[in-house]
Formats: sequence, C-alpha cells, structure tokens
Amino acid sequence: MKGWTRHEGMAAGLPQENIDTDQLIPARFMSAPRSEGYGKFLLHDLRFDADGTPRDFPLGPGTSVVVTRRNFGSGSSREAAVYALVDFGIRVVVAPSFGDIFASNAVNNGLLPARVTPEMAEQLLGQLAAGPVRVVADLETGRIRIGDESVPFDLVRSWRDKLINGWDDIDLTLRHRAEIATFAERYRRASPWTWPRGTG
Amino acid sequence: MNAPRTLLDKLWNRHEIVRGDEGTSLLWVDRHLVHEGSHHAFRKLSERNLPVAHPELTVAVVDHYAPTRHRDRITDPAQKRMIDTLEENARRHGLTCFGLDDPRQGIVHVIGPEQGLTLPGLLINCGDSHTSTHGAFGALAFGIGATEVAHVLATQTIWQSRPKAMRIRIEGTAGPGVGAKDFALGWIARLGADGAHGHAIEYAGSAVRALSMEGRMTLCNLSIEGGGRLGMIAPDETTLAYLEGRPRAPAGDEWQRACAEWLALTSDDGAAFDREVTIDAAEIAPIVTWGTSPEDALPIDGHVPDPAKLAPREADNVRDALDYMGLTAGQKLAGTPVDQVFIGSCTNARIEDLRAAAAVLAGRRSRVPGMVSPGSTAVKARAEAEGLDRIFIEAGLDWVGSGCSMCVAMNGDIAAPGSRVASTTNRNFKGRQGRGARTHLMSPVMVAAAAVTGALTDVRPLLKGRKP
Ligand code: SF4
Repeated sequence: MKGWTRHEGMAAGLPQENIDTDQLIPARFMSAPRSEGYGKFLLHDLRFDADGTPRDFPLGPGTSVVVTRRNFGSGSSREAAVYALVDFGIRVVVAPSFGDIFASNAVNNGLLPARVTPEMAEQLLGQLAAGPVRVVADLETGRIRIGDESVPFDLVRSWRDKLINGWDDIDLTLRHRAEIATFAERYRRASPWTWPRGTG
Repeated sequence: MNAPRTLLDKLWNRHEIVRGDEGTSLLWVDRHLVHEGSHHAFRKLSERNLPVAHPELTVAVVDHYAPTRHRDRITDPAQKRMIDTLEENARRHGLTCFGLDDPRQGIVHVIGPEQGLTLPGLLINCGDSHTSTHGAFGALAFGIGATEVAHVLATQTIWQSRPKAMRIRIEGTAGPGVGAKDFALGWIARLGADGAHGHAIEYAGSAVRALSMEGRMTLCNLSIEGGGRLGMIAPDETTLAYLEGRPRAPAGDEWQRACAEWLALTSDDGAAFDREVTIDAAEIAPIVTWGTSPEDALPIDGHVPDPAKLAPREADNVRDALDYMGLTAGQKLAGTPVDQVFIGSCTNARIEDLRAAAAVLAGRRSRVPGMVSPGSTAVKARAEAEGLDRIFIEAGLDWVGSGCSMCVAMNGDIAAPGSRVASTTNRNFKGRQGRGARTHLMSPVMVAAAAVTGALTDVRPLLKGRKP
C-alpha cells in the first residue's frame, strides 16, 4: 500500500444515512476475484436499474471524495465494500460516523474515513448540492477544504500515521516476533485450557 | 487495593502483548474462525508466502455459500468455486475444516459454541461482523476485515484500539412472547444503529441473567447492529452448564481449573463504565422492523412514522425507507400482509429458537411459503429427533439444510424483488435478501405468527394455552 499526505480531487455528496456495506457492494458480487476490479460493483443497485440501465447518480467517474451522512459503512465486515470504493477511485469518505470494522478496513486500504460533526457534514453537503466541487484533504493538518469551507476531521493518530506511511500491519507485527513467542509460552502455561482439546 | 475493573479490562489485559500509542494494543487471538468469504485473506497470505502461524487455533467452516438443498450437486459454478477454494486453503494450511457433509458443519457463530471452541476468557476473531455472538460466553469476540484476517492467519495476533466500556442493564421480567431478539431490537431502536459506536457492550441485569445461552447469543449477536464493536455477558452457571462436555471444551482437571478462572470474569463492583443504559424488560413488547435499518424498529402494536410530522432530514430518510418497503406513512404495522417467512441465521436458528417457533406452528398451517434453515447440522439432527421438522413441514414450510441461506442470499436462497419477508435474521438492509426484497426483522415466535396469519401479527394471543 502506498502512503499519501494530501489528496486533491472532486467531491460528490451522498445525502443519505446508514449507507451500509450491503449497499456499497451487494453480496452477489463478492465471489469475484479482486483482479477483475471491484469499482463496477460500487453502490450497484443504487447506480443501476434492474436491467443494468445507469441511473442519474451523484458519483461520476472523476469522483474521489464522498461526503455523506451518519453511520456510513455499517453492517458486514466485508472488506469488498472498501475495494469497491477504492477501485472506483475514491480516496476519502467524509461522514459524522462510520461502522467500526469498515473504518479499519478503509485505513488498511489507504482510504481515509474522515469523521466530522453532523453540522459540518451538512455544511459540506450544502456546498455539493449543485454538483461536484474541488476538494483538498490533508492528513498533516487534519483538515478538508471544499469550496469555501475548511473543516477539521477526526482520525486516531495511529491510523493517520498508517495512511501517511502506507504501513502494513504484518510487517509491523513481525518485528514483535520475540515478544509474541514469549507471551504465547507464558500464556499457555498459565491457562492451558485456552488451547482446544484434541490439538497438540 | 487495585481499582475495580470491568470485564472488558480483564479480558483485554489477559491478551495484551504490546501496548502501542494511543491505546492501540497487539492482542493474542485464541480462536480464529474462517469461512468461504476469507478467500481474499488467504490470497494475501500466499502472495507473501507466509504460513498460518497457528493452524491448531484456526477452524474453517462452509456456511455463507452452503447450499441448503441438493448439497451433493452444486449447480452454480461461483458458489462451488467459493466452497472448493476454502477447502483447498484449509488443506494447504492444515486447518480443521467442517465441510458440507461434516456433521459439525453449520453457521460459524453457531458451531463455535456448539463444538466448545468458544469459551469464556478467549479472544475470538472471524471475518464476519456477527462474531460478537461469541461474547455471550464472556469472550472478547469481534469481526474483522480481510486484511486483518490475513494478519491473524500470519501472526495469531491483532492490533486493536481499546473500545470504550458500555453497560446495558436489562432488569425485571419479560412478558410472554418477548425475548432476546426484542431486547436487542428495543435498545437499538432507542439508541440508534450507531448508538454504541466505538463501545464494547456488556449486557447485565436480571433479565439477561435469566436468558439461556441461546438467548444470550441472540442478544450479543445483534450488538453490531447497534454500532457496538462487540457484546458480552459475564460467565455464570448457565454458561458452564452449556459448555460442559462439548467436544473441544476442556475436560477433567482442566475443566475445574478453567471454571474457577471463568467465574472470576465479571465486572467488579464499582467498576467505571463510559456509558450505562438501563432498560425495563417488562416494558418491552414483541418488536418488528419497518424500515431499512435495524434502528427502524417498533412494537408490533405501533404505527410506522409519518414523514409529514418529522424534521426535513429525518423525513427524507423515513420517506426513502417507506418507499423501499412499500408501506404507507403512519400505517399500522400489524396486519401488513407478508409474502414469505424465513427462520434461520446466526441470530435465531439455534434449537431453542426452533422449539419456540414450532410451539406456535404446531397443528397450524402457514398461509405463506417459507423456509426453516437450522443454524447447524447438529441443530438440524436435534430438531429432527424432537420431531420439530414434522411440525414445520406439516405447517407447509420447507425444512432445509444449514447455512447462512436467506440471511445474506449468497447461496441462491433469495427473495424476489418486492417480496415481503418476515425474517428471524439480523439485517433489513436494502437488497440484503435479494434485490428489492423487503425484510422485516423479528423473533422466531413472531415469524411463526406471521406465517400462521399471513401478516405481521402480535404473537401473544397465539400463545394462549401453549408453552413457547
Ligand atoms: S447467518 Fe447471516 S449474519 Fe450470520 S454469519 Fe451468516 S451471513 Fe453473517
């Protein structure tokens, strides 16, 4: 994963609450291999009629930032929801709240889940009511500028560092190999019942 | 003396290997459960040429794509590929795998406890949000995404930031026909689908203590629908009675020792919670959802909201939900005709759920078609031994194999566009049970009542003279 500090792109508004991961990518597409690209599945049933005709939808090919309402990405743990956003070209989602698992999946794929207050989200949505607008998201300053509005967003520091450096957790963890081994030994001695019966 | 600690503190500290910045910890994972959906994670592992660190702590099961009929001939190539890929990955990494013809097969969150893989005091991960179910045993159990699944496979650990502690007390005695599903939908309706965001929920109170393990699992299962990172209940005698003698649970001296450790896993008196909520069980009526989020839930005697009476933003949401659900503003919920029923899923397909539904259906006919999919192959066998299958079949419902089935509609069990389903599942999201399908969530007895009357109905009158 490549790190980034500043993203400039076009933002679109999705003024809806509770956009869950089943909407982000309907389950029937999830057996596809990632190599196919998941962008075409993004919000599929909102973007297309049952016969495949595209609907008038705020997210266009050039959109890289989405501003939306509370509880975005709630529901299932499917990382495919993040793949769909990322493969579509989205780098930042701005909302008052996110599903917990979605947010960590996002960070693991270089997608910024930027948390703002509900009032700020409404202000930004107001800026986007007439159509897409240029935006700048900056991880160093922790601010997003859309049109005339510049607002701060919330992001825990460890996630910010991960996005900036493009860190991969497995590499990070393997540096703690010795501590993990020591822990496991001590732990198993103290509570042998934690290993399932019938395994070595 | 040490400061009083919450159950969360105790479980967290037990598993902490490294404490990073800002409350992020590297935690030891005791059990890792994988299913067909874990294919992205296995691919990540093989791209880096990494082995599974602890195959003996990892168990695979076929559930999400499991066909519920004609298991021996899967016609859909994508479904077959998903199942084959899991079995292949399990073989390659030396994992125990409960395949379609294994008597231990079932929905991952049903089989974990059933096999005694789920125990108090453990940290349990699975690439599925309803992993919170296992918290019913006093375990730290939460769902993770594919990158994290790969991480657990490779290291048997997970990085997590410590959630805030929240306690939901449910006190008093629930009325007849009211149970864990109603408790859960009740608090989610009150606090919202993101009401417990960032929190680990501990359920407590006399009504929770009175629940069976099945009921506790239903309650913890739905924690995620209220935005909670996980849900849990301190272990007690009910927990021990459920686990004793399970195939993978400790035995002999180890069992005794484990029990002593488990019973200490409670929040100390005076432990501080970031948030506390108390609910009176006696005030909860059977609940059904009317909209497209689990927070859109009301007592069965309620009326759906009227956007004309709401503030603009809320009105937009309600209008959109009513439109999708094909309901009229302000209409009564009871009496709304349904097209089909579904009893299944990791929320409500354990033996007790099937018994409760059967108690309503016994000697009655369903007015609409429907399916009953037991939570596991073992639950199916048990239900058949008790004759519950006959009750469902005689009522006109299909009695099928175990899997996620119509909860997520990946295995071909799907509702038609516009079809209204009374369902024991956990998500009424748009399109969850099939594009355009309309899902009403409710308890097993309420689904049984909907079957018998062909409409959303208060089950309570139908329980007269019966033991649910
Ligand atoms: S039954 Fe539904 S919620 Fe449960 S694990 Fe399967 S798909 Fe997920």
